[in-house]
Amino acid sequence: MNSLTTYLFIAAALFIIGIFGLLQRRSLIGMLIAIELMLNGASVNFMAFNRFLAPDPIIGQVYTLFIMGFAAAETAIALSIIIAVFRRIHSINIEQARDLRG
Amino acid sequence: MTPLQNFFNPTFLAQTAFAVILICTFAGAAIAVLPRNILYNVLGLILCLTGVAGIFLYLGSPFIALMELLIYVGAICISIVFAIMLSRPLHLSLPKRHLPKVAGAGGVALLVFGVLVSIIFKTPWKPADLRSGDWSVATMGSYLLTRYDLVFEVMSIVLLVAILGAILISGTSGRRSS
Repeated sequence: MNSLTTYLFIAAALFIIGIFGLLQRRSLIGMLIAIELMLNGASVNFMAFNRFLAPDPIIGQVYTLFIMGFAAAETAIALSIIIAVFRRIHSINIEQARDLRG
Repeated sequence: MTPLQNFFNPTFLAQTAFAVILICTFAGAAIAVLPRNILYNVLGLILCLTGVAGIFLYLGSPFIALMELLIYVGAICISIVFAIMLSRPLHLSLPKRHLPKVAGAGGVALLVFGVLVSIIFKTPWKPADLRSGDWSVATMGSYLLTRYDLVFEVMSIVLLVAILGAILISGTSGRRSS
């Protein structure tokens, strides 16, 4: 509970659950959820290094806030793209969005 | 020591709470990835993010834990729920699961996990020589406006551009094409 390795393992597990979900899903919203899990794994990593290694405990918190802001921006863009795609092809299945396929 | 005293021992309580938080996090992550119904996925994501907020509490930062709840659970999950309601009726057929794809995804995930674990064990983690113990929100606020000013500004501009782009994409694209 109080060692760096524990938290690194938690972060790695969250990250690989995200990778698994991202590769296995084909609904766009499911992939977005998996990306959120991966970003959270990265946040936990930053906070763990911040707690156990960093010279100044502000840096990790600032970076985690940064990740959260980017996650919010990314979600806004992704959801609007999903809604636009849904209007065009009436589905959020990734395999039917193949207009740009060569 | 009686069992009751043993139960109210602070160390024991802290460990139990940590175990509960871990169970919440990983059960939530599994629910977020595995079921095919997209609404269960969002509920699992909410459970998982609440657990991550608890982990941030254990890492010594109540402020970040609060922000996690506010931004992720409060804003991101709710907007995902809105997108689900706008995109597809839930009673339509659920997407089929293709076994080779799941197996491949699991293989890649295990591979990445192996690499990460070997990195965790091979690197000699050394704490910095001089560590300040100042965790207060006031210090963080003054750093955000002085030394890490760029982070703050970049985050603001990215959020502004993202919101404008979101309005533009979802507001205009459909009407022209359909």
